[in-house]
Amino acid sequence: MKWFIDLLTSSLGRKLLMALSGLFLIVFLAVHLAGNLQLLKHDGGESFNLYARFMTSNPLIKTVSYVNYFLILLHIFIAAFLTRKNKSARGPVGYEVTNKSSRWASRNMGILGTIVLIFLVIHMRDFWAQMHWGDQVQMISYDGTAQVKDLYAHVYMWFHKGWYVALYVVCMGFLAFHLLHGFTSAFQTLGLNHAKYNPVINFVGRAFAILVPAAFALIPLSIYLNS
Amino acid sequence: MKITVKVWRQANSQAKGGFKTYQLDHVSTDMSFLEMFDVLNAQLIRKGEDPIAFDHDCREGICGMCSMVINGRPHGPLQTTTCQLHMRTFKDGDTITVEPWRANAFPVLKDLVVDRTAFDRIQQSGGYVSVNTGGVPDANEIPIPKKVADEAFDAATCIGCGACVAACKNASAMLFVGAKVSQYALLPQGKPERKERAERMVAQMDAEGFGACTNTRACEAECPKGIKITNIARLNREYLGAVFTSYEVETGGGGE
Repeated sequence: MKWFIDLLTSSLGRKLLMALSGLFLIVFLAVHLAGNLQLLKHDGGESFNLYARFMTSNPLIKTVSYVNYFLILLHIFIAAFLTRKNKSARGPVGYEVTNKSSRWASRNMGILGTIVLIFLVIHMRDFWAQMHWGDQVQMISYDGTAQVKDLYAHVYMWFHKGWYVALYVVCMGFLAFHLLHGFTSAFQTLGLNHAKYNPVINFVGRAFAILVPAAFALIPLSIYLNS
Repeated sequence: MKITVKVWRQANSQAKGGFKTYQLDHVSTDMSFLEMFDVLNAQLIRKGEDPIAFDHDCREGICGMCSMVINGRPHGPLQTTTCQLHMRTFKDGDTITVEPWRANAFPVLKDLVVDRTAFDRIQQSGGYVSVNTGGVPDANEIPIPKKVADEAFDAATCIGCGACVAACKNASAMLFVGAKVSQYALLPQGKPERKERAERMVAQMDAEGFGACTNTRACEAECPKGIKITNIARLNREYLGAVFTSYEVETGGGGE
């Protein structure tokens, strides 16, 4: 067992956990986006609300979501730990002149991650917590189905507020930069750096980092502009 | 040309350091950066001041001693060692800021001289092959593909100068360790100790207090030998593979 503890306490082992949890969260983002796109369907929210009920009641999905919460926390804690360790590795005296021979996003993953975390807290307070325990979400019934929570209307209520939409869109911009470095960085940390596959990883990474946050931002924007 | 240099002065590892500014009025564009420092030191000695301590040895770009951060970049604006950097890279009237490598694992001994023995200890922990030195083997007795030999050689060109650590915002030594692990991992002679090597060198790297890699690629941009971060990816592969599979053979010993 000692070897396993050694792994998890080594710098490379911690990086491995960052990469694996990060890749899981990337997959989660894609699934989350696919679900959210149903908000744009003009069916009075039927498909989105039934989907939301399914996602909060299906035992398999619930299990995966607990894994997801755990990995979000793990990603945050290890990031905080590594950032502190990395800061102290520089030593007590910093450079008078600092070099800029790397990409901005790669040097500021901690700041970008913190902004994404703040967004996540706001986001989960207004939607996730309301869906689970709140009293702001009304009930609605569609033909032939039992009553379901009308998360659709709740989301529309928020996305009719200009400041909220602006906050959402800006945060998606920060998420894009976080992903721009994070996606390809995870593969490098896993040791998956290969001349044959690097172009694919880089292309998919860049496309994902731009398209997914853009699509996420498009939902509140289009709801707001059509209101 | 006239040059102003702003240099970090620190009497010893315990003392508090600070910047001092010096003026040089007759700098030749053909001088190397270190020769400019020689001229400056001669000037200081004539005035009875303590000359600036800086590391240097071969002055031909292969020993890796000349550690200084020049205008925020290890070894200055060119991707080379300081001894191979010439004053023609700078303009008349420039002010150049010179600092020592900054890393907890590389404590400043005096002025620009840092203690890089942390690298030696990492190397000693696993950066070697144990061989029985017999007669000279026949050429091509062990077939090694040209590309693999080249890749191993590229990794072996690492001179252990520490520019990767100095450039990294985390003071991470992974490019160095990656190169040292790679040069053996790629070759058949390095295979017997491959797994233990990766584990021991990473353990020593962590024990020395170097940071973790954030894949910013600053090291790759500053390495005077052009070591690529593919070596860090290989280090990750070697280490993770080793952690999960090393010591698969139980040795029982004999004669008991």
